[in-house]
Amino acid sequence: MGLPGALPVLNSKVIKCAVMLGLALNCKLSLSSKFDRKQYFYPDLPKGYQISQFDIPIATNGFIDVDLPLEFGGGHRRFGITRVHMEEDAGKLLHTGSGSYSQVDLNRAGVPLLEIVSEPDMRTGIEAAEYAAELQRVVRYLGVSNGNMQEGSLRCDVNVSIRPIGQLEFGTKVEIKNLNSFSAMSRAIDFEIARQAELYNQGQADEIVQETRLWEEGAQKTVTMRKKEGLADYRYFPEPDLPEVVLTEEYVNGIRDSLPELPEMKRRRYEEMGLTMQDVLFLANDVNVAEFFDATIAKVPDIKLAANWIMGDIAAYMKNEKLSINEIKLSPQELSELIASIKSGTISGKIGKEILLELMEKGGTVKGLIEEKDLVQIVDPVEIEKIIDKVIANNPKQLEQYRGGKTKLQGFFAGQVMKESKGKANPGLVNKILIEKLNAKS
Amino acid sequence: MWNMVEDEKMLSSVQNPRILLLHCRRSKPLHHHYHHRHYGKPIHATPLSRSISASLPTSQIQTIQKSILSREKTTRQFAEEFLNRLRLTEPHVKSFLHVSETVLDEADEIDRKIDRNEDVGPLAGVLVAVKDNICTADMPSTAGSKILENYRPPFDATAVKKLRESGAIIVGKTNLDEFGMGSTTEGSAYQVTANPWNLECVPGGSSGGSAAAVSARQCVVSLGSDTGGSVRQPASFCGVVGLKPTYGRVSRYGLVAYASSLDVIGCFGSSVADAGILLQTICGHDKLDATSSKREVNDFTSQFISKDYFESQPLKGLRVGVISETLGDGVDQEVVSSIRGAISHLEELGCTVTEVSLPSFSLGLPAYYVLASSESSSNLSRYDGVRYGNQMVSDELSALYGGSRANGFGPEVKRRILMGTYALSAGYYDAYYKRAQQVRTLVQKTFKAALDSHDILISPAAPSAAYKIGEKKNDPLAMYAGDIMTVNVNLAGLPALVLPCGFVKDSASSLPVGFQMIGAAFDEEKLLRVGHIFEQTLQGYSFIPPLIADEFKS
Repeated sequence: MGLPGALPVLNSKVIKCAVMLGLALNCKLSLSSKFDRKQYFYPDLPKGYQISQFDIPIATNGFIDVDLPLEFGGGHRRFGITRVHMEEDAGKLLHTGSGSYSQVDLNRAGVPLLEIVSEPDMRTGIEAAEYAAELQRVVRYLGVSNGNMQEGSLRCDVNVSIRPIGQLEFGTKVEIKNLNSFSAMSRAIDFEIARQAELYNQGQADEIVQETRLWEEGAQKTVTMRKKEGLADYRYFPEPDLPEVVLTEEYVNGIRDSLPELPEMKRRRYEEMGLTMQDVLFLANDVNVAEFFDATIAKVPDIKLAANWIMGDIAAYMKNEKLSINEIKLSPQELSELIASIKSGTISGKIGKEILLELMEKGGTVKGLIEEKDLVQIVDPVEIEKIIDKVIANNPKQLEQYRGGKTKLQGFFAGQVMKESKGKANPGLVNKILIEKLNAKS
Repeated sequence: MWNMVEDEKMLSSVQNPRILLLHCRRSKPLHHHYHHRHYGKPIHATPLSRSISASLPTSQIQTIQKSILSREKTTRQFAEEFLNRLRLTEPHVKSFLHVSETVLDEADEIDRKIDRNEDVGPLAGVLVAVKDNICTADMPSTAGSKILENYRPPFDATAVKKLRESGAIIVGKTNLDEFGMGSTTEGSAYQVTANPWNLECVPGGSSGGSAAAVSARQCVVSLGSDTGGSVRQPASFCGVVGLKPTYGRVSRYGLVAYASSLDVIGCFGSSVADAGILLQTICGHDKLDATSSKREVNDFTSQFISKDYFESQPLKGLRVGVISETLGDGVDQEVVSSIRGAISHLEELGCTVTEVSLPSFSLGLPAYYVLASSESSSNLSRYDGVRYGNQMVSDELSALYGGSRANGFGPEVKRRILMGTYALSAGYYDAYYKRAQQVRTLVQKTFKAALDSHDILISPAAPSAAYKIGEKKNDPLAMYAGDIMTVNVNLAGLPALVLPCGFVKDSASSLPVGFQMIGAAFDEEKLLRVGHIFEQTLQGYSFIPPLIADEFKS
């Protein structure tokens, strides 16, 4: 609120988060950094200044490794990180439709933020979008933020410039705001590149001015928001109300040692395991999914099966029910048990799918369900033969039709056998014996 | 004359002879429930040249506490005395911007608690005035500005909270130069406070109201704030004790910020003991102020013993340094002789007094004004009339900001905001702000060196005694120049104590002169000990202004 007599106090958690993020982004940490006041007047800034870090941010000079999505050609990129610094949030402006007034919500004013500035290393909208997506992955992996753009937990502004090929100096940069998703970011950047290129081509390159433009999602274009009248003078000076931030080597090392395996490391590890790039990107995208996967294969090292289950049935269920992998009742231990049971032939693949659904919905154990529902696969040929005989005997008409030429009825018989056996008969054996029986001359 | 009963333990009080007479009739020892104290043997009051009874100022706080706890007098009676005096003197002195309406109710509540044998706190019954730039949730806090007219904060400053917890009664909010910017209270948007010694003179500033209130005995003690001398200079002008603690000793939470790296909350009292007891109550680490010190607070108050317990040369071995740059050109002759008088007194007490030169001394003033203006230009950005305070309604945002600020701020405040904005702006930061910070480091170093070889440093608190109202109003630079004695202490963050040591006399009146003692960081204990001994042994002076002197004649 910026009340008279109020003072800021440093939130120790933001320092921990800043160090974690700085290390995760391979930055150099400033063991001694300070805060500065960035001064300007705006309705969402109650004190008339924002506490930020100007010349000595907590982390500088890092990089982030990114894998571009396969549908856009894939490939590996490394983008530079200029700096990570701590600052406080301003309030939120809510513009009403009527236009005669706007509202200021100060609830989040003063809440700490981490600002991450990249080097101008991206060349397409997709590269930028993937950079942002990777940052989101990293902060989620670290537990530093939930990274939700819709909630404003992750906010992105981009700066775009173009220059003639061969020119070393960068062109005039244009800032784009109001990007609410990664795809919007990608489209906005591509639009802006095209817009600037068009101006160049028409000999109107000087119409590209340093300004802030808004992305209009509806019209799918950028429009001028305000022209910057030169660079703003923020009259930075060191924040006298907050002491210097001093990090000890011990503190930093402690955090470094406790960092989780980051997405990039995971992707490389999964690649080495022999998973396809598609599998790798899927599994490493969400830290919880990756953990689930890792826990599953720890017990039963059938990587391919585990990946397939997770990417297939389990992912579909999660999507339908709008649940995260931590919210489904299936545990990694049970998934590995399921895989083991199928591999050992205790149950069939089909039964496995059914059990999976129940495990996700209600929980429970594989062993328990097998026992409870008597799901053990029938692999004894004698047993199967008995059932087949029974089915054939019960369906003379179809038998006749089959022997008359309708060989497709094998499926019918197989189905009946499965029904009779409550799905427990091993399909391979069923078909083998069935065919023999059906083709036998009575 | 009167005789005290042998085993009675008390410090004499100068303020109300009735108390002394009442005590005489008692035969049982008095009860007091806070920390063990040494009490002197009864003192024979020495006759003074002025017609003031009893002896030298000691602790009114202790006197009041003893009286109310022994039920010799009620809290209400004390409160009524002060309120009567306040009512009589206020039309002339105008110290207060707001007087509490619940003083007597609070006094009654304390009396009730005492009757029920409940604990009442070490400042119970003590009327305290609070400078209006310190937030009080139950009274307006205007910081002397129109932009905060009628503003009521939703919280108490930490210092105020501590006062309330100690049982103090907050009698009201005192006048000040707007936002602490000024040395006379002429910068207040509401009224000009007069000096109780001569109503045509200024009380000093910016804590002029707090100093005058104690001087006129409208309250027992008061809180002020000191950024460049705003407690010490008015203490000198009004003939009271002013204590500026080390930066970080007292929480700044709830003090309307002027210059964040220089501001401190300070104490006024009619005696060193009272100023010290007040400091004890309000100091300490506060997690709401990231600049407040975690340094432990010793018990300062145990050293306020009666002078009967003083050794013959109680300050023997104390190394005192007189800052030579403060007794030369530009300082009133009579001020210089008062200071020399103080030096003699210190020597009598056993001090070793030498001159010490601080070559960077004169640089402090421009450095201070650059730094303070810069920080204040930033701290005052929040006053835009939107969330609180006075608003000049407008359809357009920058007109709303501009109108509210132009209308709400006085000329001195505007001057400093403009100066500060300029000093911080692109292209000028290095030449002004950064440079001033470098000078500040120099000042800190020279003080530290001087305080390594001396226990305390002394100087006048101001180059003159109080001047006439209106005399410097249109000459800001002349007003700024008067801060020369005090600003370096703020730049270095050190503690300082000002106590009255003499007078400047003209045909019309006598105006008091205070001398300043500067100590090493967090060494308030030493300052208070020296100050107390100095004060208790100073003969021939009474620092009660003529305005109220009649009441104190025997």
